[in-house]
Amino acid sequence: MALVIFAIGALIVIDSLRIGARWGADGPQTGYFPFYVALMVCLASAWNVLAALLMKREANTTFVARGQLKLVLAVLVPTVVFVGLVGWIGLYVAGALFIGFFMRWLGKYAWWKVGAVGVGVMVVLFFIFERWFLVPLPKGPLERLLGLG
Amino acid sequence: MQGFGVALTPMNLVLMLTGIVLGVIIGVLPGLGGANGVAILLPLTFGMAQTPGGATSAIILLSCIYWGALFGGAITSILFNIPGEPWSVATTFDGYPLAQQGRAGSALTAAFTSSFIGALVAVIVITFLSPVVANFALEFGPPEFFAVYLLTFCAFVGTSKEPPFKTLASMMLGFTLAAVGTDTVTGTLRFTFGITDLLNGFDFLVAVIGLFGIGEILLTLEEGLAFKGAAARINMRVVLDTWKELPRYWMTSLRSSAVGCFMGIVPGGATPASFMSYGVARRFSKNGDKFGTGQVEGVVAPETAAHAAGTSALLPMITLGVPGSPTAAVLLGGLMIWGLQPGPLLFVEKKDFVWGLIASMYLGNIAGLIVVLTCVPLFAAILRVPFAVIAPVIVVVCAIGAYTVHNSTFDVWMMVVFGLAGYLFKKLQYPLAPMVLAIVLGDAAESSFRQAMLGSQGDMTIFFSNKLVGTMTTLALFLLFWPLISWALRALRQHR
Repeated sequence: MALVIFAIGALIVIDSLRIGARWGADGPQTGYFPFYVALMVCLASAWNVLAALLMKREANTTFVARGQLKLVLAVLVPTVVFVGLVGWIGLYVAGALFIGFFMRWLGKYAWWKVGAVGVGVMVVLFFIFERWFLVPLPKGPLERLLGLG
Repeated sequence: MQGFGVALTPMNLVLMLTGIVLGVIIGVLPGLGGANGVAILLPLTFGMAQTPGGATSAIILLSCIYWGALFGGAITSILFNIPGEPWSVATTFDGYPLAQQGRAGSALTAAFTSSFIGALVAVIVITFLSPVVANFALEFGPPEFFAVYLLTFCAFVGTSKEPPFKTLASMMLGFTLAAVGTDTVTGTLRFTFGITDLLNGFDFLVAVIGLFGIGEILLTLEEGLAFKGAAARINMRVVLDTWKELPRYWMTSLRSSAVGCFMGIVPGGATPASFMSYGVARRFSKNGDKFGTGQVEGVVAPETAAHAAGTSALLPMITLGVPGSPTAAVLLGGLMIWGLQPGPLLFVEKKDFVWGLIASMYLGNIAGLIVVLTCVPLFAAILRVPFAVIAPVIVVVCAIGAYTVHNSTFDVWMMVVFGLAGYLFKKLQYPLAPMVLAIVLGDAAESSFRQAMLGSQGDMTIFFSNKLVGTMTTLALFLLFWPLISWALRALRQHR
């Protein structure tokens, strides 16, 4: 992790130098402040890398257990799919599918419950956002079909 | 006084109650907290703030969500031993044992009442201190403002319980994220690497929703999916009995309020304040050795401090434009979006707004106390909704919140990235609060730094040029190197 942060810091240092981290004719250039900030990112993460390497073996507990990792991925992967779907079929349908998938797969609920909750939550959200607060959310083919988009 | 007139319109009262109820729900649900709850609802207030007087209504709604969340965190810690919010972790130590002994009602009453007292003390402090601080801050120029920012961030390094270099890395990462996009001074693009979606930079709202919301869900999952809780019933008799008992702990309340106010104004935040206050109470109390087995006093101490800190975190926000906690940072971002420049000038230019906000703090906390005392069973029922249902709903709500910030799907992707980052940061003990503060304040800190540098032609000694700025800078550097200093002191003592 510290290595990743170091890499980000280094990237910013290089780009700061590109746009000028020095003292220009009219004062500090654009990259002046970020350059030093990024330099500190690098220094701090370099220290963290060292600290991690020097850490005693006993103190170095397992970062994440296998079972935990599975659970975390079980949420992360569907979430990524969900966000991918939002751009394609709209947020409402994607949301209903996402909730349904969760209940069925992790909760093992009966299909009628899955459907009712998935659709119900999205209908409530639709009314809250589109009708009361007048905030349009991304919609897809289904909403167009129903004449709502 | 005119502030109460502003806050007492029927519309604002309704918003207040809505805010409190929403806030308690947010506080009760794991994965939704004050900071990201406010962040999700912030885009909804864009329209509201445009109408005359709307900004006050909007801030009342959002700050009441914040009070609600502060109250709500206590419910889950006492009934379920699950802190709904980080600042209520210390409440579980004595709150849950009390609930197991069947005294959940009195634990809850004690928690709510002492939160209320903590908040009240903090609001009184704000009422009397903020005009003074604002007046004082009117004299500030760019070097002074940069020194205030420096002090804020150095305080994080000095006081946080995470490794100092990790705090530093996380904070500086926040600054670099804030720097992405169009440079506010020269208009040059930087760090966009040709990606057009990055032109406007990273929005801190998206970062907050991802870091706290999605990150928290992932963490909660790790701990398992089951909630087991004690039943809660509060009736008038229990409430009155507990109230009779509470005056005995006035010393603890007073001490905890002081600890809380101090930690809130110096950006320590509610979480360290609650731990510190619990520790102090244990040391000074007559029953100190019984702490952890279900002492009402052990509930009073952290709750009072958490609320005092959470509330007083708004003092530096409205007077200096420097938020004392992540949630205050989000509120500050909201003010900026509505076109209000937080800082000393707010007291001169938008009197109605400031005093309306302060009045709403009094009323909101009274309303909050009534709401939570009457509706505990209802809120506890929320937690009986299985996690497999509640988790995806929270994720969807977070996604909607991230989307509505700029109406862009790119932001939703960023939210997922920030969520993963937040999870990893938490696992590796990188603190998130300094990062969020840096993202919010990055631009302001940078521009005041550059203005100061312009004024002095690149001479760093400007930060020591007069008494005021010199003192602040010195204090900041002292705090920055505090971990080193304390380490050296300890080494010396052991050596002897």
